[in-house]
Amino acid sequence: MSPQAAHNIADSTFAFIGCSEVQEILGRQADDEKELAELVEEVPLDSIHFHTHSYFLRHRFIERAYPNDFSQWVVMQIGDHVLGERLAVVDPFDYPNLEDLREEIISIIDDHLSRMSIIPRVVFGEPFHFKRSRILEVPIGLEARSLADFRRVVADVDVSAIYFHMFEAHFRLGREESDFSAWIRTGLGLHELADRIRSINPYLGSLERLRSSLITACDEFLGRA
Amino acid sequence: MTTALDDYREVSPKGTVDFLYRLSDLVKGRSVVHVSAVRYGGGAAELLRRVVPMLTALGVEARWEVIAGTQEFFAVVKRLTDALQGRDEKITEDMYQTFREINERNAKALNLEADMVMIHDHQPAGMVEYRASGAWLWHCHLDLSQPQRRAWTFLRRYAVKYDAAIFSLSGFAQRLPIPKFLMYPSIDPLSPKNREMSRSEINQIVDRLGIPRTKPIILQVAKFERFKDPLGAIQAYRIVKKHHDCRLVLAGSGIMHDPEGEAVLAEAREAAGRDPDIHLVQLPPEADLEINALQRTATVVLQKPLKEGFGVTVSEAMWKGKPVVGGNAEGIAAQIIDEVTGYVVHSAEGAGFRLRHLLNNPGLIARMGAAGREHVRRNFFITRQLGDFLTLLKIMPLQ
Repeated sequence: MSPQAAHNIADSTFAFIGCSEVQEILGRQADDEKELAELVEEVPLDSIHFHTHSYFLRHRFIERAYPNDFSQWVVMQIGDHVLGERLAVVDPFDYPNLEDLREEIISIIDDHLSRMSIIPRVVFGEPFHFKRSRILEVPIGLEARSLADFRRVVADVDVSAIYFHMFEAHFRLGREESDFSAWIRTGLGLHELADRIRSINPYLGSLERLRSSLITACDEFLGRA
Repeated sequence: MTTALDDYREVSPKGTVDFLYRLSDLVKGRSVVHVSAVRYGGGAAELLRRVVPMLTALGVEARWEVIAGTQEFFAVVKRLTDALQGRDEKITEDMYQTFREINERNAKALNLEADMVMIHDHQPAGMVEYRASGAWLWHCHLDLSQPQRRAWTFLRRYAVKYDAAIFSLSGFAQRLPIPKFLMYPSIDPLSPKNREMSRSEINQIVDRLGIPRTKPIILQVAKFERFKDPLGAIQAYRIVKKHHDCRLVLAGSGIMHDPEGEAVLAEAREAAGRDPDIHLVQLPPEADLEINALQRTATVVLQKPLKEGFGVTVSEAMWKGKPVVGGNAEGIAAQIIDEVTGYVVHSAEGAGFRLRHLLNNPGLIARMGAAGREHVRRNFFITRQLGDFLTLLKIMPLQ
């Protein structure tokens, strides 16, 4: 990388988009693990997305012990730590689309139940309520043309923009990589940094942690340049 | 006093206020009318008093209408409230007729022309029969998880005529053939109940309430009702008291003109006996500053009702940096992150155990308190709910 590369100006600006979520109750609920698997199979893909992805939008700051609603519920409400742990390590990053992710979740629950003599169910806790979200894209009027701009905006922008460009763009909108790494690669021509940002697994922490990782990657790159 | 959105820049997460301005650009010029049963008292009125001026300031044509009713009507809807929340109430056909008549009269008298009409709770829900234009949303603040069947059957006829319904928790909703949205209640960090207070202001109020600050304080703020389980709180305190010299403060309203409140307070007094470290504090209905001061003085907060609505008191306490030991009611569990911002417990013994653990670990109290404060900042602020309203205004199709 040449020292000038970090000061590249993109031909096209990066326009940050935030998002606002309204949660919709689907009216389907599971009281035991078998019902959970059955309903995971039946509900719209939007609901799988909600319980595995927009989970992060709802827990922006504090990292919860389990990284998706399914594992959280199985542990906290049923007390089945084994299934909770197995569901917790499902990394949505490993699946090209939501249908594959859904199949993996069903397969894990079915496999777990095949080894059980009883079906674990909620006794004192709350049932699992399936939901989905309506996401509204909100152009927030902030733009970047250089890496320094980008770093400055990422540091202060509403965290929903981090969510939108890292999660929504990639999974629901079916783009190859996140908006951030795509623009850094094609807009700024910084392939090494783009690869670094692409390698950040967004599912391994809170959105604020993700923001920090992005800033660190930019700072290290700018520092070296 | 009206609070401007910019006043929230200091307290809300970074980017939030600017984001709300941009979000409001998408709905600028649209109109919304909120309709509720009362102007003062109750969660809906408290919310609308703050949100409607903010919506207006953001360029939304927002109005708030309050229905006019007779004494007889309000007696009927009180019964209906209780029945919808599962109490055994007898509601006659004449009473239902009163409900219909008052709703019809208000629907004809009020200006309900708007892009979105949001009806709060059941009292004005019957006005949907006379809808003319706009998207109609029913915002139900009640827990409808176990309603009396006949009362719900009556109300459901109206509910299905809306374009969507909004509930505070998934578990509060009933089956309906319309979209059901989830909107958690929120707290206003700049309201008298939650605003910052000086040490001297806090001390002055707590002194006036007669509570010495010489020992760690366990606080429960709740009406004196059986569902709030003040006796369970005393039982938990006694478990703690064996190991820690502490006080229990049970502060609540619900006494005036309420036989149940008086009876529950008498039972609590009897259970407290002559223990000088148990303080039963009767508060007037809108004792916002007193509650604020008490929550700031508390060492840990207990909210362990047997049954609860959303229980936004939990968020109020967490905003003041206090860990909360809360019962496993859905609303409370939705606010507490177990073992991070407090503990979710299932019994008086569980509450005693966790309170004792916290009092043994002052460092943990500080850590959980700080985590709880951030959790509330990001999830239970009125700015989040303002965003919910703006989003709904955008996504509901114009009729």
